[in-house]
Amino acid sequence: MLTNAILSGLTMGGTYALVAMGLTLQYGVSRIMNLAYGEFVIAACFAALVLFASAGISPLVALLVVAPAGFLLSWAIYRLLLMPLVRRAPSRGALEVDSILATFGMLFIVQGIMLALFGGDYSSYSYYNTPVDLFGTTIAANRLIVLAVALAVALAAWSFLMHTRSGTAMRAVAVDPVAAGLVAIDVRRVAAAAFALGGAIAATGGVLISMFLTFNANIGVVFTMKALIIVIMGGVGNVVGALVAGLILGLAESFVATFVDPGLTIAVTYAIFLAVLIMRPQGLFGARAR
Amino acid sequence: MRQMLRKHLGSMICAASLAAFSLSAAYAQDTVRIGYAVSKTGANAGGATTTTIPNYELWVKEINDAGGLKVGDRQMKIEVVEYDDRSSSEEAVRSVERLATQDKVDFILTPWGTANNLAVGPIFDKYGYPQIAGTSVTDMAPKLAARWPNSYWLLGTGGSYAEGLVDLLVKLREEGRIGDSVAMASIADGFGIELAKAGRTALQGHDFKLVYDKIYPLGTQDLAPIVNEVKALNPDVFIAFSYPPDTLGLTDQARVLNFNPKLFYTGVATAFPLYKDKFGAAAEGVVSLGGIDPNDEKVRAYIARHKEVVGKEPDRWASFMTYAGLQALQQAIEKAGTLDKEKVNEVLRTGTFDTVLGQISFDNKSRQVPNIFTVGQWQDGEFVGLEPADHPGAGKLVFPKPAWPAQ
Repeated sequence: MLTNAILSGLTMGGTYALVAMGLTLQYGVSRIMNLAYGEFVIAACFAALVLFASAGISPLVALLVVAPAGFLLSWAIYRLLLMPLVRRAPSRGALEVDSILATFGMLFIVQGIMLALFGGDYSSYSYYNTPVDLFGTTIAANRLIVLAVALAVALAAWSFLMHTRSGTAMRAVAVDPVAAGLVAIDVRRVAAAAFALGGAIAATGGVLISMFLTFNANIGVVFTMKALIIVIMGGVGNVVGALVAGLILGLAESFVATFVDPGLTIAVTYAIFLAVLIMRPQGLFGARAR
Repeated sequence: MRQMLRKHLGSMICAASLAAFSLSAAYAQDTVRIGYAVSKTGANAGGATTTTIPNYELWVKEINDAGGLKVGDRQMKIEVVEYDDRSSSEEAVRSVERLATQDKVDFILTPWGTANNLAVGPIFDKYGYPQIAGTSVTDMAPKLAARWPNSYWLLGTGGSYAEGLVDLLVKLREEGRIGDSVAMASIADGFGIELAKAGRTALQGHDFKLVYDKIYPLGTQDLAPIVNEVKALNPDVFIAFSYPPDTLGLTDQARVLNFNPKLFYTGVATAFPLYKDKFGAAAEGVVSLGGIDPNDEKVRAYIARHKEVVGKEPDRWASFMTYAGLQALQQAIEKAGTLDKEKVNEVLRTGTFDTVLGQISFDNKSRQVPNIFTVGQWQDGEFVGLEPADHPGAGKLVFPKPAWPAQ
């Protein structure tokens, strides 16, 4: 029962973390509080479903198309829709507020497009729902894939941020865009890249969760909320923080569901969130002062 | 000059609006205006798009293709006014009020779901519109029927579904095919709470032992802990009063963990075509609410027409009640020979109607349709009604549930 709880918690936590990592880049570096984030996750779910149902393309292969498409689309959205906000915002705080309003509108546009294309019906398909025996317990293969991809994305993003020049520039922008500009970093370009990278991660998450979750055009906000909690918990802009926070939430939910009561999973999520906010308002891995 | 223009403009607008008014008045004489507010977006959209909207569209198209409704000696085509209630009760109330007072429609079809039907009940009642609810399960139905004399509740009460299931379990136990242990999981939302409550009472009343009785919150994505724990308890019967995402999730997890109780029951969406499409042969033997008689000509014809017109099959539960309600409304209007709401209500309350559910009548105190299928099972790719067993066309339970096919 213990291994069951741990494995199930890790896989669910991996899903949460994967989805949240994209938002932490968008929010932390580009300072765009993207309320339409979950809608992009669901859009990727539909893209994977269409490719799978019409052409029999495996979601894992679909990733090669959908993730770059997510990157390009997010890049275009930043350049065309968000750039005017960035230009006229007098401060980062003002940009956050403006971006909340703008992406709130975008949420309805993306949702409307999905409703027009796919209707409000529930969609679901099974892929790799094969049992895998691990440490004396059984788990679905597709869940393990999500956990593996979440760890891989976190590792890749972390190495990129810590060990490459562009990654360092991204961190510099996250910490202080004005000073970053003074040392010849093209802040807007870096911010656009971070936003686009976040979009690519959202698309990756969407494709993978479509393998086992039932979704429809209206449930995007569920993912935005969960991702937001994890982003704040892990420290805004911190990819490893998002991974750890996601795994903690997944494990906590699974332990409570197994050993206490499945009815308390949401309560424990918010209890942990509250505790982190009280004790470390900057998040588990956030810097104390900016 | 400017004043002149203003003067003229005023009278021009006046004339134009008068013309428009008389035009619409003339137009309204040869059409029946039918309005509805359903959830096209928001949390309810999944249910409304599966069950309610396709049937409304099918019904309107069928009537208009046939030349219209026969009202007295005239054929009147249907003109639809529709709103999106965005899954909010307040919005549903506003829209229905608007349909009644501004659009002045002749009849209003009901919204999707229990909560919204309860919310709009007073408005339907205030303006005397018949409220024929096909997607509302509530134990309050008998009380509501007394409070709102023009309301009709085709989907019955939560209690009737739970009792139908427990009747089936009692029979199985008498035949010595199952023991006393039952595991039950339910969602912490209106429908789940109501059915779990009724189920708990009925199970305990028949001395079943609830070895697992837990409630999980709306939107729970990880159902593995529940299935793992239930599997360890090894009950003969597993009951989940679940919503669509968790119905599919629980079935998925049960397959992965190879949890195959003798009777496996899941909630809303089990009777959806989506379930059959997703699970194929693995759906065989799964039990849930609803069900149909697949040998009934009318049922088969309805499924075929639904597929032809809307492009997908109806679900095997509330779609039938929704469509039967529409058929009853149509026949009541034609029998009354008028669009007068009170006369149509009079016919609805007392008449008998020929529908996909068979000959139905609301001529009882709670204005429900007695003897609808409450328990069904996937058998050979069709969701066959089992309980009540004396219902014409009721099937026999496939027992025990066959093993999940390898995947």
